[in-house]
Amino acid sequence: MVARIQSRSGRISGHPWLLRGLSILLVLALWEWAGTIPVSIAFPKFSETIVAFVEMLGDGTFVAAYSETIPPLVVGVLLTGIGGILAGIAMGLSPKAQWLGLPLFIVLQASPSAAIVPLITFIYGIGFAAKVFAVVLLSAPVIVLNSYRGISNAPRSLLEMSEAFLASRWQRIWKIVLPAGSGLIFAGLRLGLAQGFTGAVLAELIITPTGVGDLITFYRSTADYAYMFASILSIILLASVSVSLLQNLEKRIFRPEMRPA
Amino acid sequence: MTIRGYRIPMAFSLLVWCALWEVVGRLDLVSLIPPFTEVLGAAFEVIPSESFAEAATITFQAFGIGMALALVVGIGVGIAMGRIPAVGHLMGMWVNIFESSPLTAIVPALMALLGFGLPTMVVTVFLFSVWVIALDTQVGVERVNPSLVEMGRSFGASNRDLYSKIVILAALPELLAGIRLGLIRGLKGVIIGQLLIAVVGMGYLFELYSRNFLMPEFWALLIVVFAFAFVASEAVAYFERKVSFYATSR
Amino acid sequence: MTDPPPTSPSLPLSSDTGGRSREAAVRVMNLTKEYPGGIRALEGVSFDLPRGELTSIIGPSGCGKTTTLKIMAGLVEATAGDVLVDGSPVRGPGPDRAFVFQDFALMPWATVLRNAAFGLELRGVAKREREAVAREYIAKVNLSGFEDAYPHQLSGGMRQRVGLARALAVDADILLMDEPFASVDEQIRRKFQEDLLNLLSDEKKTVVFVTHSIEEAVYVSDQIVILTRGPAQVSKVVRPGIDRDSDSQSIRRDPAYLDWVERIWDELRDYLEG
Repeated sequence: MVARIQSRSGRISGHPWLLRGLSILLVLALWEWAGTIPVSIAFPKFSETIVAFVEMLGDGTFVAAYSETIPPLVVGVLLTGIGGILAGIAMGLSPKAQWLGLPLFIVLQASPSAAIVPLITFIYGIGFAAKVFAVVLLSAPVIVLNSYRGISNAPRSLLEMSEAFLASRWQRIWKIVLPAGSGLIFAGLRLGLAQGFTGAVLAELIITPTGVGDLITFYRSTADYAYMFASILSIILLASVSVSLLQNLEKRIFRPEMRPA
Repeated sequence: MTIRGYRIPMAFSLLVWCALWEVVGRLDLVSLIPPFTEVLGAAFEVIPSESFAEAATITFQAFGIGMALALVVGIGVGIAMGRIPAVGHLMGMWVNIFESSPLTAIVPALMALLGFGLPTMVVTVFLFSVWVIALDTQVGVERVNPSLVEMGRSFGASNRDLYSKIVILAALPELLAGIRLGLIRGLKGVIIGQLLIAVVGMGYLFELYSRNFLMPEFWALLIVVFAFAFVASEAVAYFERKVSFYATSR
Repeated sequence: MTDPPPTSPSLPLSSDTGGRSREAAVRVMNLTKEYPGGIRALEGVSFDLPRGELTSIIGPSGCGKTTTLKIMAGLVEATAGDVLVDGSPVRGPGPDRAFVFQDFALMPWATVLRNAAFGLELRGVAKREREAVAREYIAKVNLSGFEDAYPHQLSGGMRQRVGLARALAVDADILLMDEPFASVDEQIRRKFQEDLLNLLSDEKKTVVFVTHSIEEAVYVSDQIVILTRGPAQVSKVVRPGIDRDSDSQSIRRDPAYLDWVERIWDELRDYLEG
């Protein structure tokens, strides 16, 4: 049966964009149908959601909301990006730093650190700093661990080659270890951005009712479900688009052939 | 790390951090952070308590059901995506979009649709974990050496045998990696779900403790949850390591 | 015209065979290498490398040929014994020795030009100068035109030539080559052997060449060191003395050449079966 499906889809599978377009249409049609039945009062039709979306785009609601959501996200990711990469590199190069840091960050990455978010208000209140902290909290482990892995996995063959040609320790780090690890470091940044979005949204839903999180909570409380779904859609879209932009950039800069084997 | 020639395993660095915690707590540097020993003491009170048992039960229920669903659907879809290019292209886009999205934003919608109880939590766990399981399964299945499948066919293997005896085993390293990540995300999902719902489970307890500024109890609960997450993820990592011997020579 | 295999395990410092005295650029003295866990790779390996000549090291797989080479390069530390280069003991890599790696060890993110110039780059040679030198050697290995290509765009043979250019560019007296043609097509391999000899005839280097192909060793070498299976010792040191004035085809059919190949094969066979 598998073989039959394969041969039938052989023609279609040669056009991935066609398939993707079809799949989007399919999902939207399903959404519209589910909203029409309706699956639940709280489930708006796709058409209603789009109308609400466009309206909020036009009357500046989105602009106002995102002007509160995006800055702490960017600041947070920049902070963790710089700090996290440096920490990861330090852990990769220094056995002491590795000993101290690795178990800690491994535990942190596995753990639902979201539980700490409600505590943030006690120190940082409900403002900008609180949101930045939430972003940092959620994105730090993945950035640090990816940078660490990138640095510690430098190919032995290239390291030996540089030793044979008399590289100093600094030359080895700068010319071999860092270029070889840059792919994983960048991947860590991309993953960190995705986690950062989660941090920002969580902070807005739990501790500080501002930005897009506030939109979502507000429209839920007024039962304007089309507007609520539209707000959710907007953040999902924003996150997906920015992360995939980073992914494309990553693919272009760190082409697989140019990565060490 | 070695001190005077004695090798100290890495796990001990956590003890160093705990010692630091104790110092910070004793010096009362941050009001939020009580000494580590106080937290440990609180743990012995929290864990046997009835409220903890209740919270833990409902949390594990939601986590268990959600993960089971996510595993079945995720692995199934992942295999389909890996073996059938059309499905891969069709579903791949969605899986990728949701895998890196702040699914937290969806939870309020779930609350509106499904209420404040078990169904919402189960769906949250499912949504948080299914994408990464499907994605990693797809990668693992795509990487299966076609020669292995041809070999199976040439010896007359049925489709069922092919999948159970060759494909899944060959894709096992990636599959296990996906399961481990899925477990971690599923746990994040159940906690986040409960934090937002706020009236059930661990989320309710966290809310309760922080609202009443019962810091030792809060951190004790946190450590318990963190410990569970770590143990679960390391358990899968153990199996990952057991199969890693053939990961490079497939 | 050709020497019969000597019965003594090593060559004297200067020999009177054919009236030429050979000075040892490198003396390997009683090398022993033991790895943690008790595995002994080498057990008292000794031989000399006459200056300006090409010496091959051959032996059964895994017998320690590459270990010996890496000790000579200063990349691995011997448990006991010494390697003397021009009288001074080896204590690590140095500008007097250059290494060619079996797996090429090219940086995949750098162009052919940068890879070839890498040894000079590490020494702090200015960019314009080192690129000029690199271009020269890229031309000598017949890769002109590929300076801006990346390793993934090259075949295995081409990549190895970049590795060779890199080793030649640093102008070390001693060239250490670790199975340089093992990852190269059989058909190209023969051409490479000939090209290598042409290249070296201009360069006047002392070359050590690890290989497990007996034909290759007999074809290119002035001297062949045969190692036993691990823990390795020197079984024999022979000088095939092949006359390389004729063209390569005739050499490979010369009875003396074939004879040597058979004799060495017999020698090794004992170890494979023993």
